[in-house]
Amino acid sequence: MSQKAHLLIRKGRVIDPNTGRDEVLDILIENGRLVRIAASLDAPGAEIINAEGMLVLPGLVDTCVHLSEPGGGRSGSIASETRAAASAGITHLCAQPNTNPVIDSTAVVRLIRERSFKAGFAKILPLAAMTRQLEGKQLAEMATLMEAGCIGVSNAGTPVQDALVLKRSFEYAATFGIPVMVQPQDAALSAGGCAHEGPVASRLGLPGIPAVAETVELSRALILCEATGVRLHVQQVSCGASTALIRDAKARGLPVTADVSIHHLLLDESALEGFNSDCHIQPPLRSRDDREALLVAVADGTLDAVCSQHIPLGSSSKQAPFPATRAGIAGIETLLPLMLKLVNEGTLTLHRAIELLTSGPARCLGQQIGHLEIGRNASLCVVDAAAMRTPIDDWLSAGKNSPWLDIALPGNVRLTVCEGKVTWLSD
Amino acid sequence: MIPSPPSANLQLTADGRLKHFLSIEGLPRSLLEEILDGAASFVEVGDRSIKKVPLLRGKTVVNLFFEASTRTRSTFELAAKRLSADVLNIDIAKSATSKGETLMDMLWNLEAMASDMFIVRHSDSGAPFFIANHVTPQVAVINAGDGRHAHPTQAMLDMYTIRHYKGRFEGLKVAIIGDVLHSRVARSQIHALNILGAEEVRVIGPKTLLPKDIESLGVSVYTELAAGLRGVDVVIALRLQKERMDSALLPSEGEFFRLYGLNNDRLRPAKPDAIVMHPGPINRGVEIASEVADGPRSVILHQVTFGIAVRMAVMSMCISGQESGL
Repeated sequence: MSQKAHLLIRKGRVIDPNTGRDEVLDILIENGRLVRIAASLDAPGAEIINAEGMLVLPGLVDTCVHLSEPGGGRSGSIASETRAAASAGITHLCAQPNTNPVIDSTAVVRLIRERSFKAGFAKILPLAAMTRQLEGKQLAEMATLMEAGCIGVSNAGTPVQDALVLKRSFEYAATFGIPVMVQPQDAALSAGGCAHEGPVASRLGLPGIPAVAETVELSRALILCEATGVRLHVQQVSCGASTALIRDAKARGLPVTADVSIHHLLLDESALEGFNSDCHIQPPLRSRDDREALLVAVADGTLDAVCSQHIPLGSSSKQAPFPATRAGIAGIETLLPLMLKLVNEGTLTLHRAIELLTSGPARCLGQQIGHLEIGRNASLCVVDAAAMRTPIDDWLSAGKNSPWLDIALPGNVRLTVCEGKVTWLSD
Repeated sequence: MIPSPPSANLQLTADGRLKHFLSIEGLPRSLLEEILDGAASFVEVGDRSIKKVPLLRGKTVVNLFFEASTRTRSTFELAAKRLSADVLNIDIAKSATSKGETLMDMLWNLEAMASDMFIVRHSDSGAPFFIANHVTPQVAVINAGDGRHAHPTQAMLDMYTIRHYKGRFEGLKVAIIGDVLHSRVARSQIHALNILGAEEVRVIGPKTLLPKDIESLGVSVYTELAAGLRGVDVVIALRLQKERMDSALLPSEGEFFRLYGLNNDRLRPAKPDAIVMHPGPINRGVEIASEVADGPRSVILHQVTFGIAVRMAVMSMCISGQESGL
C-alpha cells in the first residue's frame, strides 16, 4: 500500500455535497493533509492517481455496523471488517454497542480503539450502551463513556421497555448533550417474529413482526424526545408509517435525524420466498408499499442517511431452517454498489445518493466528517462508478451472508484515504 | 434484478414429476389428482389379509421427527412398511442435536447410512425446504408438518376424504373454522382446495386467530360462524391449542366454544348433506361437541384410514420421481 508523503489525485469528478461542488479537479494531499483542490495541479515527487472518469468523494460514513469484536468469534474481527469497509470507500463507521462484552465500560471502548488503530483501515465511532448491559434497568456511565471516545448512546436491538427508564435515559443524555440512537422495535409486539407480518409471512407460516411494532416504539421515542429535548437519531426505519412520523416530527422542529438500511431500499418481503434466509434481517423486509415510501423519504430528505447495517455471520448462522437462522446481512461491501444501482435505475440522483452516504450520516452522528475540507487530514475515496463487479470475486468480510454475492453490481473503489492514511488502493 | 429464491421448483423433476413433497403450493392440479388416484388403489391394499406391496422393497425410510407426533408418525411408518420399506425412527429429542451436533452434521450422517427418504416434522416453518436443499439429490424429502407453514399429506388425505364423499371439487364450498393463524393444515388445505377447483374456501374465526392478509391465499374471511357456514358442503374444524389462552389470543375455551364451537344446532346453516372433518386430535367441547364428532355427518375416523393410503401414494411417487431423475 502506498505510503508516499504526497499524493496527487488527477482529473477526477470531485463531488462534495457539503459545498455543492461538482467538477473535474485535481486534489493534492501532503503528509496526509488535504492541501489543495484545483484544476491542473503539479506536484513533483508525488504519487499520481489517475482518476479520469472516476468519482472523487468524501470518505463514506456508515451509521450502523455491528462489530464482531469483541465477542464475535469466527465471524470476523475489527481488522477484517474495517478492511472490508476501506475496500468499499468507507472511512468512518459507527459501531453498535451490542458486542460481547457490551460497550458499557471504558475498557471495552479502549480495546476497540486500540484494535482499530492497530489495524488502521477505518475510523470506528463507537456507540455506548445507554443502559448497563443493555438490560434497560440502570443507566450506563454515559458521560464517562463519551469522554472515552463514544459518540452517542444506544440500546441497540433491545429497546428499553420501561418508559420511566427510557425517559430518564433521555433526560440524562440531554443534560450533557449526548446524542441518543434508537432502533425502534417494541419487544412484545416483535417477540418470536422473523418476518414482516403480511401476505408472504402468512403464506409461508413464518411468525410475523407487524409494522406497528416499529411505529409504537418510534412514537414513544419521538414523544420523549419532544419532552426532554434530547438529540435523537432513529436507526433503520423499515415502514412507510414511520417515515410519516419522522416527517411530522421534523416539521415540528424536533432535533431528529433518521437512517434506513440499504437492504430495505432494495428488497421487500417477497425476497423471503423459498425461505431465503440470506434475506432474514431485523427489522424485517416489509411490503412493497413500505419500500416505495422509504425511497420517497430518502429522496425528499425525511431520511438523512443510508447505512449498511453490516452484520457478518459465520456460515453456520444461516445453515438452519429460516426461523432458526440469525438475522443479518454482511452489507458493508455492497453499500456503495447498491446505492449506485439505485442511481443507475433512476431512483435517486447521484448527488442525493452521495449525500446519503457522506454529509447526511455525518450530521446524524454529530461529527465533522463526510466532507472535503482544506487543511485537514484527508478522508476521501476514488470510485469507478461505471465498473461492474460481482461481489464474491473479491469479498473481504468474514461474513458471507449476503443475497448479493453473485449479482453484478456497479462501482469499484480505486482508492480510499482515511484521516490522511491510504487504507485501500486497487489496480 | 433482485436475488432469487434458492429453489423455485424444488419439488419437481425436470419433467414435472414429484421428487420431494414439501408443500401443495405451486403443484399442478394433475399432480394432486395423481396422488388421489394413487391413494384410491392403495386403500384396497389395506383391506387385504396381507397388507403389503413391494414398491419400496430395499429402500430405507427415515422418520425424522423433531417435534412430537404419534398419529402422523405411525401412519407414515405403517405406509412405509406396507410398501415393504425398511423404516428407521429417529427421536430427535433423544438424539445428538441435543448434544450440540448441528442439523447439517446429523443429516450427513443419516445420508451416509444410505437412506432413500426422509419424512420430516419440525417446529420451524421451512425446515423440510432447508433439508431438501442440502441433502444429496438421491434422497427424497416428505414434509410431515413444518411450523405453521404446511402439512401437505394431511391436506391430501382431507382432499381424498372430500372427493370420496362429494365425488368432485367443482361447486363445493368449504369452511375452515378456528385457529388458522397457527395451522399448517389449514394453509395446505387452502392451497389444495383452490388448485383442485373448489368454488369457495372460507376461513372463520376471531381476528386474533386469522393470519394477516390471509385473503391473498384465495379465501373469504368470516368472523361470524353462522354467516360463514351458510350453504357450505364441507366443514373443517381446526384443533385449538390450550396455550392460546395464555398468549392473550382468546379469553377462554368456553367463550371460544360459545362463538365458534360446532354443535348440531350451529351446523344448521350448512347444507343438509355437509360433512364435518377435523385433522385431530380433537378437543371435545372446545372446537367440536361430541354430538357432532361422533354424529352422522362426521367423517373424522375415515380421514385416518385414508391417511395411510395417501401417504403410500406420495412415498411411491417420490421414490419413482427420484429414480427417474438418476
